[in-house]
Amino acid sequence: MAKLLTSIRNTLSRALAPLRATYESLPAPVRRWTMPGLLILFFVIALLSPSFLNLYWQQILIYVGINIILTVSLNLVNGYMGEFSVGHAGFMAVGAYVASILTVWVFPRWGLGEYVPYLFPVALIIGGLAAGLTGLVIAFPSFRTRGDYLAIVTLAWNMIVKSVLENIDAIGGPRGFMGMQKLTSVAWVYVWVVITIYLLRNLVYSNFGRGTLSIREDEIASSLVSVDTRKVKITVFVVAAFFAGIAGGLFAHIIQFINPRSFSILKSTDVLVMVYLGGIGSLGGSILGATVYTVLLESLRPLQVWRWVVGPLMLVLLMIFRPYGIMGMREWRFLVPLEERMETLTALRERVREKRQSVAAPSPVGGSSD
Amino acid sequence: MPVLQIRGLTHYFGGLRAVSNFNLDLEPGELIGIIGPNGAGKTTVFNLITGVYRPTEGEILFNGHNLVGKRPDQIVSLGIARTFQTIRLFKNLSVLDNVRIARFARASYGVPEAMFRTPRYLREEAEIRERAMELLDLLGLADQANWVASSLPYGLQRRLEIARALATEPRLLLLDEPAAGMNPGEIAELMELIQWIRRRFDLTIILIEHQMRVVMGICERIKVLDFGETIAEGTPAEIQNNPRVIEAYLGEEAVA
Repeated sequence: MAKLLTSIRNTLSRALAPLRATYESLPAPVRRWTMPGLLILFFVIALLSPSFLNLYWQQILIYVGINIILTVSLNLVNGYMGEFSVGHAGFMAVGAYVASILTVWVFPRWGLGEYVPYLFPVALIIGGLAAGLTGLVIAFPSFRTRGDYLAIVTLAWNMIVKSVLENIDAIGGPRGFMGMQKLTSVAWVYVWVVITIYLLRNLVYSNFGRGTLSIREDEIASSLVSVDTRKVKITVFVVAAFFAGIAGGLFAHIIQFINPRSFSILKSTDVLVMVYLGGIGSLGGSILGATVYTVLLESLRPLQVWRWVVGPLMLVLLMIFRPYGIMGMREWRFLVPLEERMETLTALRERVREKRQSVAAPSPVGGSSD
Repeated sequence: MPVLQIRGLTHYFGGLRAVSNFNLDLEPGELIGIIGPNGAGKTTVFNLITGVYRPTEGEILFNGHNLVGKRPDQIVSLGIARTFQTIRLFKNLSVLDNVRIARFARASYGVPEAMFRTPRYLREEAEIRERAMELLDLLGLADQANWVASSLPYGLQRRLEIARALATEPRLLLLDEPAAGMNPGEIAELMELIQWIRRRFDLTIILIEHQMRVVMGICERIKVLDFGETIAEGTPAEIQNNPRVIEAYLGEEAVA
């Protein structure tokens, strides 16, 4: 498995080498606008996709997008921070129900019925905020405990959300909630995926993000070099819950019918599989993991119920044989901010070295040669 | 006025008294050593000062701030940094990142600012990056800035731990057995380094060490612990000839 992955990676990078060389030879302003240009191009394609993709393929693309948002956000907690949260579907449920209630009941009741398609982003964001708020409420008690206890608390949280929803008759109880318009389109999902990845990438490559990584590496050492570990943990947890809520809102407005069972432990397990398949601590890995797993599950439809065995089984095998996943701790170059790329840091080193005035420390044996 | 004042510091692990009535007055710029056999409570004293444990009794005053009950990250921000007996670097992160993380509390931008890359965020990040690189350059680690910390040779890992501690801009530095596992050449280099950073960064230093060569060579004052009790205190020369110290280290027979 590992060998296969390495050879696939090598073949890919060899195949892409000429493309990259061409890109490197472009003048700087062109390179500067390549990424935004591509993003806009893809947006236009996403916008036009209903004219050349049938509904089935649109739906798969939408699921891939929703799963990318879920995976990237859970990776923040499980991959970057190294905690083990297993209740991501619980936050998704909060976002899904809140956004649906807004578009089905609240907005029409305020006389905004005809504007619902335009208010969709607002509904999503409020759903996300609600999910983030519940994240805050459970983060406080759960981060007093450590390690495995967080898994238990989040597991319980997932179950609580499901049974609470099952027992509120006003929103359909176990029968579920419906009446949502089909507002989620490929273009909308695309926009939210880009926003999520952009914001989380910025977070991950900030000193706050490095603080998050340091908690995974060694929590005690982290607090002893001034990282406020409690604040980092709670913030990261809330941010992850927010994006799970967004994903939930998008999900509700594509299938147009949600019930508490859609957000069971099974759903959380799916997200976990995507995180660990793609690779912990990697945005690119999450994109890959979500895409591969979504398409895989879809292609396994003929297996019927048995396909639900695939997820948990993959999770067990991954944890044993390849805990770092496909891209663990590595990143696609284009996802790394310019100022954090190797060559920028090397240039910084040279600049710092030239500027140095005072005498350096006694040099280490076999260390730097200057 | 002393930088650090410790009064009647006592700590129990269950029924075991790990530190008993430990007192210390540390003047600015001093370099003192704490020695003692294994299990004497030396590292526990560091853990109490840095807030890893909360003392059972006693008070710790740092520049007038009472440290008891404060979180480790708050204590670091007040100006106390430390290294560890067993190296505790962030192994899978780069050398530069290890140092940058130590400037965590120095950044004033909030999480939303980081996510939206506001001008203030970009300015502060650039500053953090530059300060960290300067520090690495100063300590001769700049060539390895992009290396993963665990790939550094042992001596350089020790040095990186010191660099990381310095990045928090401490006034007081606690070094926990920095010479452990080093060969004589590396030890000589370490002693030179400690004296250099002390002058360069104007530090007060407490050093826990087993290597007598290091303690006797650079410390002005030494405290000896045994079973949590302070059994002797004085200059290196006084300590070397103190019968209780010899007894604690070599056993009673050696004295008799």
